[in-house]
Amino acid sequence: MKIHIPTPLRPYADKQATVTVEASTVGQALEALTSTHPELKKHLYSDGGKLRAFVNIYLNDEDIRYLAAKEATPVKESDSLTIIPSIAGGRPSISPRGKRG
Amino acid sequence: MGDGQGAIWDADGAFVVIELSSVHHSALRQHGEETYPHECCGVLLGHAAEALNRVEAVVRAGNTRTDSAHNRYNIAPQELVRIQREARESGLDIVGFYHSHPDHPAQWSVTDLAEAHWMGCSYVITSVERGVAQQTNSFRLTGEGEDDKKFKDEEVRVVSAAAS
Ligand SMILES: [Zn+2]
Repeated sequence: MKIHIPTPLRPYADKQATVTVEASTVGQALEALTSTHPELKKHLYSDGGKLRAFVNIYLNDEDIRYLAAKEATPVKESDSLTIIPSIAGGRPSISPRGKRG
Repeated sequence: MGDGQGAIWDADGAFVVIELSSVHHSALRQHGEETYPHECCGVLLGHAAEALNRVEAVVRAGNTRTDSAHNRYNIAPQELVRIQREARESGLDIVGFYHSHPDHPAQWSVTDLAEAHWMGCSYVITSVERGVAQQTNSFRLTGEGEDDKKFKDEEVRVVSAAAS
């Protein structure tokens, strides 16, 4: 199956936009990706081995966090995984007498 | 206005540029006027190089932070997945993002940096005062990862639309 790599993580995946792996579950696919490209690991997972909060991984159009079987979800050759860090921002609401901004 | 200003050099003598057409420049500024007093947000597609991010398309995105849209923005990951897929099919990459600061300067905030994770991408910010777009600035997210990331001032180079 194909795994699509976002621009900021390509330097850790031999500059590839798409990596093809052989896997029968989501977990195996990610395992295959990070064993071929070990540098990706620290960008995707925290020290405790959990997927970083700002990293979203989609199996086709579904967030893997919300799949019933999570990483054990079976995958087909024609499926694709997309890694997509979040895009957000903002500024704190500052009250004139509040915390310094 | 960002055009016409000189290259911005950092301590190592390196500078970074985001180049976009006047049409794209106007499009992202206008988006901020339309969503005022809320923040707008969108994605910049194009070609990325070390020093130069060249924009070929501006894609509007919805701001999911309807709870606090005057000072927050968030693009739904599902929408990003779709935008990234469409980009790939047109041979483009995500090279940056834009958002507006209603009645607030075009400078990144602590939250903007904390929630920025796309190293190498350009984060364009337009200040919109009383509904009218003012300054448009861009900041390049640099660093190896979450521990050392920072925003670096980036030249906004606006080229005539005919150039592409
Ligand atoms: Zn902001």
